Amino acid sequence: MSAPIRLGADIGGTFTDIALECRGRMFSTKVLTNYAAPEQAILDGIDVVLAEAEITLADLDIVIHGTTLATNALIERRGAKTAFVTTEGFRDVIEMRTENRFAQYDLNMVLPKPLIPREDRFAIRGRIGAQGQELAPLDEAALETLADHIADAGFGAVAIGFIHSYMNPAHEQRAREIIAAKVAVPISISAEVSPQMREFERFNTVCANAYVRPQMADYLTRLQARLKALGAGCPVFMIHSGGGLISVETASEFPVRLVESGPAGGAIFAADVAQRFGLQKVVSYDMGGTTAKICLIEDYAPKTARSFEVARTYRFAKGSGMPISIPVIEMIEIGAGGGSLAWVDAMGRIQTGPESAGSEPGPACYQRGGVHPAITDADLVLGKLDADNFAGGAIRLSTDAASGAILRDVGDKLNLDATSAAFGICEVVDENMANAARVHAVENGKNISDNVMIAFGGAAPLHAARLCEKLGIDQCLIPVGAGVGSAIGFLKAPFGYEALASHILRLAAFQAAAVNALIVGLKATATGFVRAGTSAAIQCEITAFMRYVGQGWEIPVTLPDRNFTDADADMLREKFCENYARFFGRAIEGLDGLEIEIVTWSVKAQDQRAAPDQIALISGGSEVGRKLSRPVFDPSRGEFMETAIIDRRDLRPGARVQGPAVIVERETSTVVTAPFDVVMQSDGSLLLSRKGGAR
Amino acid sequence: MSDQTRDIRMQVMWNRLISVVEEQALTLLRTAFSTSVREAGDLSAGVFGPQGRMLAQAVTGTPGHVNTMAEAVLHFIAEIGRENMFAGDTYVTNDPWKGTGHLHDITMVSPSFLGAELVGFFACTAHVVDVGGRGFGADAKSVYEEGIQIPIMKFADKGVVNADLVRLLRANVREPNQVVGDFYSLAACNDVGHRRLVAMMQEIGLTSLNALGDFIFSRTHAATLERIRALPQGAWTNELLTDGYDAPVKLVAQVEIKGDQVNVDFAGSDPASRYGINVPIIYTKAYACYALKCVIAPDIPNNWASLALFTISAPENILNAARPAPVAVRHVIGHMVPDLVLGALAKALPGQVLAEGAAALWNIHMSVRPVAGTKGRRAEILMFNSGGMGARPSLDGLSATAFPSGVMTMPIEATEHTGPIVVWRKELRPDSGGDGQFRGGLGQIIEIEPAPGHEFDFSAMFDRVNHPAAGRDGGGAGAAGIVALDDGTQLKPKGWQHVPQGRRLILHLPGGGGYGAPEARNADARADDAAKGYVTGQDLGNKP
Repeated sequence: MSAPIRLGADIGGTFTDIALECRGRMFSTKVLTNYAAPEQAILDGIDVVLAEAEITLADLDIVIHGTTLATNALIERRGAKTAFVTTEGFRDVIEMRTENRFAQYDLNMVLPKPLIPREDRFAIRGRIGAQGQELAPLDEAALETLADHIADAGFGAVAIGFIHSYMNPAHEQRAREIIAAKVAVPISISAEVSPQMREFERFNTVCANAYVRPQMADYLTRLQARLKALGAGCPVFMIHSGGGLISVETASEFPVRLVESGPAGGAIFAADVAQRFGLQKVVSYDMGGTTAKICLIEDYAPKTARSFEVARTYRFAKGSGMPISIPVIEMIEIGAGGGSLAWVDAMGRIQTGPESAGSEPGPACYQRGGVHPAITDADLVLGKLDADNFAGGAIRLSTDAASGAILRDVGDKLNLDATSAAFGICEVVDENMANAARVHAVENGKNISDNVMIAFGGAAPLHAARLCEKLGIDQCLIPVGAGVGSAIGFLKAPFGYEALASHILRLAAFQAAAVNALIVGLKATATGFVRAGTSAAIQCEITAFMRYVGQGWEIPVTLPDRNFTDADADMLREKFCENYARFFGRAIEGLDGLEIEIVTWSVKAQDQRAAPDQIALISGGSEVGRKLSRPVFDPSRGEFMETAIIDRRDLRPGARVQGPAVIVERETSTVVTAPFDVVMQSDGSLLLSRKGGAR
Repeated sequence: MSDQTRDIRMQVMWNRLISVVEEQALTLLRTAFSTSVREAGDLSAGVFGPQGRMLAQAVTGTPGHVNTMAEAVLHFIAEIGRENMFAGDTYVTNDPWKGTGHLHDITMVSPSFLGAELVGFFACTAHVVDVGGRGFGADAKSVYEEGIQIPIMKFADKGVVNADLVRLLRANVREPNQVVGDFYSLAACNDVGHRRLVAMMQEIGLTSLNALGDFIFSRTHAATLERIRALPQGAWTNELLTDGYDAPVKLVAQVEIKGDQVNVDFAGSDPASRYGINVPIIYTKAYACYALKCVIAPDIPNNWASLALFTISAPENILNAARPAPVAVRHVIGHMVPDLVLGALAKALPGQVLAEGAAALWNIHMSVRPVAGTKGRRAEILMFNSGGMGARPSLDGLSATAFPSGVMTMPIEATEHTGPIVVWRKELRPDSGGDGQFRGGLGQIIEIEPAPGHEFDFSAMFDRVNHPAAGRDGGGAGAAGIVALDDGTQLKPKGWQHVPQGRRLILHLPGGGGYGAPEARNADARADDAAKGYVTGQDLGNKP
């Protein structure tokens, strides 16, 4: 039997990427995203790759889709008119947020508006307590009246979020029943969308889900219908923010799980590359036009988190967006892309981003009306890009325009010539990315320099080597297909689902029976979603999020997948202390009576896959001499050096080039700084290695 | 070229240093036990040069800690003495006059050695859950009643923790595990900062931070000076009344801009109180500088040079209380200092400064216990809550938002897990924002009941109950706060009081003042206020 023919489609903000894996070959294309009819761009792109592969829609075995449409609807506030039904006394939870200012010195800061305005939030009497007990009965009569109002007022969606519903969902379920009897629109309840403690995050998540649900359900229905009408008989699956696949039906019901699915694809892409090369500790670095994303990948699995923030409104500041508490591939995103603009602050410091020139008008060197200097302009002035051969010669870049913009906005203000200013811009953006990566590693109890970097996205290969210098990383892999990494990543994604539940339990009161029952329930939920897509064996990973009683931050502790006995409390304690020491240096000792507790339980289910074919890293090889060269600025030496320019197509597996060098290709260039050499791998990837091996 | 490259490298190192202190603060956030630190972010962290000058500080943190810590390090250097400092040391104090103004804040300072060379210090501060004494409240008559005092001393000597101090501490506080746990996490966060700094210096090949410090200070100094020189010269005075403990307290400030300096003088303010609402000057200074920076130099990072051009003076009074005055609740009056200073600054810079707001956080400390003869849980619970912020010259005030404090509230679902109480209500308080062209931020209403079978005592630390936030330039005052039981019993804004089983504590938090004449308010804005129920036009009993 031949391998299934798989197609991945990633709708991004600017481009829709299509990747097709067919009979051992990969075909890909990029088309502009069509905002009015997003499915049209997918179909257009599919036409291109099908023609190249000489197959038809009917030959496809599976379509895997990820999209930023849900994210965009949240950012641009283009969702349904939504009613939010909540507990009496808590009408304003999503408006009051954390009662804190994310910009401490800016007296004119503006808080993001709540997703659902106050007039559409309705409070109902009834209360569940912290232990899940009913403190006050649900006011069903008031719900009946409210249902009539919701029906009359033209709401397109309903969200229900009650206090402590993660402990006991009975009131939310009953409220849904009553409203559903009178209202035909989709209803989302927080105990299903996000059964985690912390009302602001949970309520906001259920509101976001309800808000984008009608639009996403319509879109997905249209997409499926169009594909079917054109002859595709295969199923469509969606990639979710946690990096697994879910059915279109699940996605239509829980569309908030699609937020950040594109970046998740990039992380899966990197994880797949890591597995092929047998790299157990990896940091993925994806730098595009407006942002850079960094993700830690351990044992071929991207790090995941239980919540994240979307739609930041204030210079990417933490706290200025909306929290979404669902399982997600954890990455940090900073406003540092090729189009990010450089400027000078009051202290005469160069700053970069988060404002971006985008693709229109683009950096100054594109000469399409951009007058402010972008990172790409600085890259050009330093010789990292070839003005005549950018995008295969499609766009001629103007070094004069780049220098002019850099001098005007940066150089003249600081008495720097264009080269020094460009160097300053690149150093600052690289330092910002390095700092973000370093802090992210610390947050996860890791040391960044222990990792191999996998770099992809249009701008990453230009900056990766310098970033590795700053982070003390010795090896960096630049895979093939880096431009459509997310869409390729979709093809590698497992059928997977993570079910979470907050249930606070002290180890001293550990009862195996209750824990086993809870985990059985979570397993049923998680495997149910996975089973909808595959008949393969399913593997479950159990995680307890634990802390010392009194702390507020939990650390993940992975547990064996088996029935627990009461004696397992000791195993949990031991594992917790071990993990705590890894995160924070040392476990707290000698505190008599300091208890440990479990706050949240997670079951991650996914289908078992055969490991991909292994590729051995080639670190040495026959040296390739240079035919072409040009001066390129070397950041560690602080001066221009005559640098070899080599076409990636001219390299064969095992070929080695000494840095400094620039490996050019159609979409981008890989800059190999003086401390590194580069070796072409058997699959066409480039491996940058620090000269003389590890430091 | 080489000079130019040098400047760029300096700037990159400056960024790196800021990243180091962010890591330091993050470690504290993640390991701390007190809800005030871990949920509310009541902490600060920073790195200092060998002379004790602050080089950089984490943006995570609250002004009352941030600016006080900058001074505290100098006291540590003076008292420990360079000859007694060794690698692996950590020093500690909670001295209100040398730390951050009350015993609940623990400040730790660690020297950072590169080889044998002392290259700098790391410092951090956090509010711990208990320090013994009467507990967190305003009722003490002197600092001796407020808890254990830890003079500047070694917490760790060459890496060995001072076991006697830990034993003494455990014997003196109500929650020994949590408090000692916080001591460890403070020390750990300085360790993280130190390790990162050493890695950075080794990587770059630095042997001292002096050149980098000079670069940071000269750039900051020049930028701050430029802002000060753009200000009008002169002196402006403002005064305001706050509730006090049992009698109103008058606060007076004069802001003088003269040459290249801005000085704030607090002469004329009332004498120290008999109760624990007094403010050591270190804390007064922190909030006065914060107010000045918000208006004059909001984008300039906090360090020794940015603070040096702002000076503070006061004779001995409630804003410069002398030992042994009680100071536990110094934040209530301390949080009024920005409104006081901003009022004077508004006279110098008309049309540029926001109206008064709720200012002081409405912190509630509850001591819950089972009613006599029943079984149940005992718990100490702390909640941070905020009223409305004043309206801005071109924007409505922020509702239920902390200002000047930088802390967050805690989720009520988390609070209810910490002890047997039920929060029945926590939502915006309609009609509490002062009217004006721009409306003041709304306060909030909170209702708390002991869980069945329980009762609690709570420490009230509230203000603006008798003296609401004033509007600016014709804007109306915000609504005053209310402290009561659900049966109508009025309670005091300060001091320990009782809530029996079956009763609810009702708090109406004050709103912010309005800005500009109400007649000038846009009709759409009024319609939106009505649609959202921010303004109901009804008398909701908001007036005390």
